Amino acid sequence: MRIIVCIKQVPDTTDVKINPETGTLIRDGVPSIINPFDENAIEAAVQLVEEHGGEVIGLCMGPPQAEQSLREAVAMGVNRAVLLCDRALAGGDTLATSYSLAQAISRIGDFDLIFCGKQAFDGDTGQVGPGLAEHLGIPQITYAIEIEEVTDKEIQVRRLLADGFEVVRATLPCLITAIKQLNEPRMPGLKNRIKAKKAEIELWTCESVSAQESRCGLDGSPTNVIKTFTPTRQVEGEIIAGETAEEKAGTLIDKLRDAQVL
Amino acid sequence: MDFAFTEDQQELFEYVKEFCDEKLKPFADETDRAHEYPWDKVALMREMDLFGIPIAEQYGGMELGFLEWAVIGELVSAGCTTTGAVYGAHMLAEYPIMYFGTEEQKEKYLTPLATGESIGAFGLTEPMAGSDAGSVRMTAIRDGDEYVLNGTKIFITNGGDAEIYIIIANARPDRGMRGVTAFIVEKGMEGFEFGKDEEKMAFKSLSNRELIFNDCRVPAENLLHKEGRGFQVTMETLRVGRIGMAIGAVGLAQVAYEAAVEYSLTREQFGERIANFQMIQYHLANMATELEAGRLLTYRAAWLKDQGLEFEKEAAMAKVKTSEVCGYVTSKAVQIHGGYGYCCDYPVERYMREAKLFEIVEGTSEIQRLVIANQLLKEARK
Ligand SMILES: Cc1cc2nc3c(=O)[nH]c(=O)nc-3n(C[C@H](O)[C@H](O)[C@H](O)COP(=O)(O)OP(=O)(O)OC[C@H]3O[C@@H](n4cnc5c(N)ncnc54)[C@H](O)[C@@H]3O)c2cc1C
Repeated sequence: MRIIVCIKQVPDTTDVKINPETGTLIRDGVPSIINPFDENAIEAAVQLVEEHGGEVIGLCMGPPQAEQSLREAVAMGVNRAVLLCDRALAGGDTLATSYSLAQAISRIGDFDLIFCGKQAFDGDTGQVGPGLAEHLGIPQITYAIEIEEVTDKEIQVRRLLADGFEVVRATLPCLITAIKQLNEPRMPGLKNRIKAKKAEIELWTCESVSAQESRCGLDGSPTNVIKTFTPTRQVEGEIIAGETAEEKAGTLIDKLRDAQVL
Repeated sequence: MDFAFTEDQQELFEYVKEFCDEKLKPFADETDRAHEYPWDKVALMREMDLFGIPIAEQYGGMELGFLEWAVIGELVSAGCTTTGAVYGAHMLAEYPIMYFGTEEQKEKYLTPLATGESIGAFGLTEPMAGSDAGSVRMTAIRDGDEYVLNGTKIFITNGGDAEIYIIIANARPDRGMRGVTAFIVEKGMEGFEFGKDEEKMAFKSLSNRELIFNDCRVPAENLLHKEGRGFQVTMETLRVGRIGMAIGAVGLAQVAYEAAVEYSLTREQFGERIANFQMIQYHLANMATELEAGRLLTYRAAWLKDQGLEFEKEAAMAKVKTSEVCGYVTSKAVQIHGGYGYCCDYPVERYMREAKLFEIVEGTSEIQRLVIANQLLKEARK
């Protein structure tokens, strides 16, 4: 099997701070990590190759320092690592990003599967995986919770929906997006980490993947983020004081009655 | 003089700490209460390549130093004391093969130990030979190309679960200590069986079994070092073993100390956090200071070993200091927890029970002081 995993480097924090003046993410001093859902994607790809043979190719679009995330992916078992890195790619929305990734994947050539995380921790759009499948004209299965069966031609996947599961079969090649419950990403051993330090990371540019610069980065992005801000908290919580639990419960019931909730 | 770790060491220790915090620490109580050898933790340690830290790459190790081995041991012990004890006892089988083994012995036995494919154990103690290690009664009489082993070992950590054993026996009982000889013995060799697994005060999931040898025939090529040099093998092994014990004690004391700090910052009495009371602060300050003293002694002993310098006295000092510090710190951690500390819902009562082990195994505190005094008087008499 030839499996491609798309990997994004994101800031290591769940409560990302936003600069109120520029409306952009404050990344200074925040360490970078592999997008957590992408770790599930890597784990799924590596497991499939361990079982069926083949290779896993890690593809990351990002600045030069994103190389570190690719090295971590190599330590986890990714066989080949490609960093798509070009100034022209900066500021891309999900359309431009999925286009650029699709171009890089065309250069990689034939493949059986693409794994992505369900969404990135920082942008949270969840659109790049599906967008990529559309650019490539292949089927997609999002929110994978279990890979049930893989044959030469097909894959069967259990998807997690808001109110249940759905089992989907698709022909290969196919794109799958991973959720946290898909697996537990491995912690690579020390030996693989050392090997990954020396691994070759292929550097690709827009030109080398024949991407039109007008369709990449800020230029290729019809979506404009007008403003990003931390919402100010408008409703204040209230802690009900009282000597005993009964007294507090009584006050609570009165308040709920006043608010006509009860 | 430089007390800083290199960037590589720093990165290594941070990564191992992440592993210990995520994969060992949350399950430490469960591991202890299972009363079962922690094979699942052993498997994780193996996947992380933690069983061959100072062993050459050629034999499947990481080719790092004993300092790295020690710091990692501290982190593992802080994460899970039981797994830490497995890690420490494992080295007692690896190190003598690494130090004294022939090329063939290293290939055959050191490699599976370094990769963690096999677990190791060191069998010295007998019912009648504890502190007096030279007086082992187990015999190993040469018969053609084999040695015939007879006798019983007790308390052996990893016993029964380990595949590879270093066994100290006497090949020439008429020569006393000069007959003591070391062997590499495999689990499953005919005439080698396991007896009682000790029920202990703590470390409930660690195996400490009796090893019973009944006309067990071991090939002569499994003789480690030379006939009659088993006491030397023992002493060399225990020198490194003391660093391992010391570091286990540091790791345990560290978690106990952290638990005490955390509790003192949350528990309120007399309308304020108990950490605000000067007497609690006095305890915390002492705990932290003693812990740091023990840790530095231990790191230095490991560093001396890596430099190829003499470290016998320093390793003994580290072991006696840290084990006693561990007793002190864990006891104070219970004290700071008050009544809750005495109850099993909090881990500090377990820490206090576990701490006692470090003052006993691999040379009691009394024996460590003997070693230190012998050494310093020898230096003074020069
Ligand atoms: C959990 C556990 C794990 C162990 N693991 C191993 C293992 O893997 N391999 C192994 O070989 N052994 C192992 N042991 C054995 C351990 O190393 C011995 O118990 C220890 O060395 C002490 O020996 P002893 O129990 O016979 O005590 P003894 O030697 O009988 O000592 C009794 C008391 O007398 C004191 N004493 C003895 N001699 C002197 C002296 N000359 N001067 C002053 N005081 C003295 C001691 O300090 C102690 O206080 C283990 C023991 C335990 C409890």
